[in-house]
Amino acid sequence: MSVVTVQLGQCGNQVGQQLCDVMWSDAQHAEGKTYSSVSCERFFRRTSQGDFEARAVLIDMEPKVIKHSMNKAEKCGRWRYGETSHFSQKQGSGNNWANGYSVHGPRHRDALEELVRREVEHCDMLAGFLPVMSVAGGTGSGVGTFVTQCLRDAYPSSFVLNHLTWPYGTGEVIVQNYNSVLTLAHLYQLSDAILVHENDTVHRICSQLLKIKQISFNDINRVIAHQLGGVLQPTLTPDSCGTYSRHPVGIDWQVRPPPASAGRTGSLAAGSFNTSLANLLILRGKDVYSAETGAFEDSAIYTSWLPPEEAFSLWKSPVPFNKYEKSATLVSNSQALLRPLDDMVRKAWNMFASRAYIHQYDKFGISEEDFLDSFTSLEQVIASYSQL
Amino acid sequence: MTQSVIVQVGQCGNQVGCRFWDLALREHAHVNKKGQYDEALSSFFRNVDPRRSDGGSCCVGGRIQHLKARAVLIDMEEGVVNGILQGALREVFDSAQFLTDVSGSGNNWAVGNLTYGSAYKELIVDKLRKAAEHCDCLQCFFLIHSMGGGTGSGLGTRVLSLLEEEFPDVCRIVTAMYPSAEDDVITSPYNSVLAMRELTEHADCVLPVENQSLVNIVNKISLMSHGTKPGSVLRKDSAVTSGQGSLSPTEKPFDAMNNIVANLLLNITSSARFEGSLNMDLNEIAMNLVPFPRLHYLVPSLTPLYTLADVNIPTRRLDQMFSDAFSKDHQLIQADPKHSLYLACALMVRGNVQVSDLRRNIERQLRSFNIFLLLSFQAHLHHYLHVDGMDQSIFSESLSSLNALIDEYHHLDATKARLLPDAPRLSIAR
Repeated sequence: MSVVTVQLGQCGNQVGQQLCDVMWSDAQHAEGKTYSSVSCERFFRRTSQGDFEARAVLIDMEPKVIKHSMNKAEKCGRWRYGETSHFSQKQGSGNNWANGYSVHGPRHRDALEELVRREVEHCDMLAGFLPVMSVAGGTGSGVGTFVTQCLRDAYPSSFVLNHLTWPYGTGEVIVQNYNSVLTLAHLYQLSDAILVHENDTVHRICSQLLKIKQISFNDINRVIAHQLGGVLQPTLTPDSCGTYSRHPVGIDWQVRPPPASAGRTGSLAAGSFNTSLANLLILRGKDVYSAETGAFEDSAIYTSWLPPEEAFSLWKSPVPFNKYEKSATLVSNSQALLRPLDDMVRKAWNMFASRAYIHQYDKFGISEEDFLDSFTSLEQVIASYSQL
Repeated sequence: MTQSVIVQVGQCGNQVGCRFWDLALREHAHVNKKGQYDEALSSFFRNVDPRRSDGGSCCVGGRIQHLKARAVLIDMEEGVVNGILQGALREVFDSAQFLTDVSGSGNNWAVGNLTYGSAYKELIVDKLRKAAEHCDCLQCFFLIHSMGGGTGSGLGTRVLSLLEEEFPDVCRIVTAMYPSAEDDVITSPYNSVLAMRELTEHADCVLPVENQSLVNIVNKISLMSHGTKPGSVLRKDSAVTSGQGSLSPTEKPFDAMNNIVANLLLNITSSARFEGSLNMDLNEIAMNLVPFPRLHYLVPSLTPLYTLADVNIPTRRLDQMFSDAFSKDHQLIQADPKHSLYLACALMVRGNVQVSDLRRNIERQLRSFNIFLLLSFQAHLHHYLHVDGMDQSIFSESLSSLNALIDEYHHLDATKARLLPDAPRLSIAR
């Protein structure tokens, strides 16, 4: 089964390139031959000359970053991007979500869909799409949301797993909170699942755990790529009968909405436990079969209406990931994202209260009404998660 | 990659403009070792093959044949333009890019804007169009002019409104030189107020620069280069001097000051020209720094300053550099950041700096932004009212526009005293 990665905007293309690199390294150096070939098939294809090309499309509204990513891949000499697998324009989206979503997206819809279609045709069996983008800028967020919508429309039975990079809280772009709110509100309706990395958190990993002195975006992206790799590489599941037949981007947590009688009122008060809807633990490497994971099935960490055996999934692979003797990845659908999400909405709302910058979005077709709809949508999400 | 066109109007505009072209050429020469006409060069220069009969420009990728600046140069006197045509930069411009007259505007905004503005309208539009046609993807017009005189101020603002009419989708960034309090042109306050209304209406963003600040900065650099260890020498090709020599008394008095403004322009456009780990395009500058359409006046500030003199002072700590960026000594207008409110702020960093260094410095309290106030007085009105098309109401409208602008900024500034609570959030029915 194959996954088509859709790299969008500067961040998306930089993270995407690192991700392909990590995947390729892991696939090539893996100890298991089956693991290796399944993983390769998932993210790469071989040309008639035997070269590895990534199953990825690169999209940006200005050319510099795509050029850089393609060159970087080419230079490493191990894998590269398809020569025609990219689309760019000459002028960016100006950090403006509306420009990305309402102008660039629709204007280039045909070309973008064609680009994706060509890549999909190379897949024997398409598992789904992995759009990679940031939420703070204009292209990744705006064009990214538009493209996600196109993917949804064109491939209704394929999974769409969006990977989002959240900006530093102290800001890289002044209107980042507006762009983030608009993106999240829309993706909420379109995406099957959203995987989030926050720059602040990854930065802390780099400084406190990896002890890197001068942290660059390269370091940040490398960490993100490693974590993503840990999620997406082949694994065995209880029902896969010893084969790597697990759907690479499928989510099959049995998550149901709470029954009407569950009248718990939650709050963001400090000290409240981080309640999970569902957790996915992935173990790779040595001793995976003897690992003790009982703590993850404690009903105390889950909502009252979901039995832990349905909320907790465990995948394993005896093949070490990226030469780590043992590694574990946890993907959690819980209240952990509540605080950052609430902060983002709060800041955006404060800015919206004075209508600052709204004229910049309005001139491209995103009105105050659209903003209000997005805010409402996200407040709903915050309220729902608060009540877990 | 996009292109930009510089439109330089009037004596000051053309002098600053030429300093910019000089610096830009030197900067590109420094990086472009192979003599290839690349994307970075094409943002401000065309590459013309003199052998081609159609005089057309070459595409990106080939060797550099003959670089021509993407510029339109306008002046109603011949002095400065003649200087350019005879100077070191003469090869960089085509005669078709110039528009000149002989008598000047007499330091009268109305003559520049209305008399010459009407007489030369078609010719101006024609030259702008030609410059635009040479661009594959035109992103921005940069207008450079002074506010206190007649041509730069009057004709310059007329050009601005023509740019909006003819190219509404192209960003208009104006570098406007404001007169200092001791300006010797007695009508400069009038000219400035009249021009300012035009800038408020027709520019996407304005970088106001004050002569007094430039003087202060030049003096500071002078002190730094003369007051340090013996043997520290001002490099011959440093950015404060013209291509010819050192900062000597024989240099024209405004050269050093104009170099600073030229450096500002160079730095602002660097992200559009060269690639970096976090690029900031020109339309991103306009987007992020203009929260309300009329409030588009940006305070520029440059740091470090000593590199402009290229003096061998030991590298100052990065953190000090960041503090300096917010200090009034490094600003190009006379405003005290410590006593007013910042609406928005953009830090553009060039060189060997990492994200973590930026993060550390940004997590400090931002303080203030102030706008400068302009005084006007009643004398000399008749010189303006004699000009065809000029009306007393234009004065009062300009003053109202300026007062309204001042009010809008003040209104926002007043909020700084109260610590605003978070706006009440939407409540969702549960």
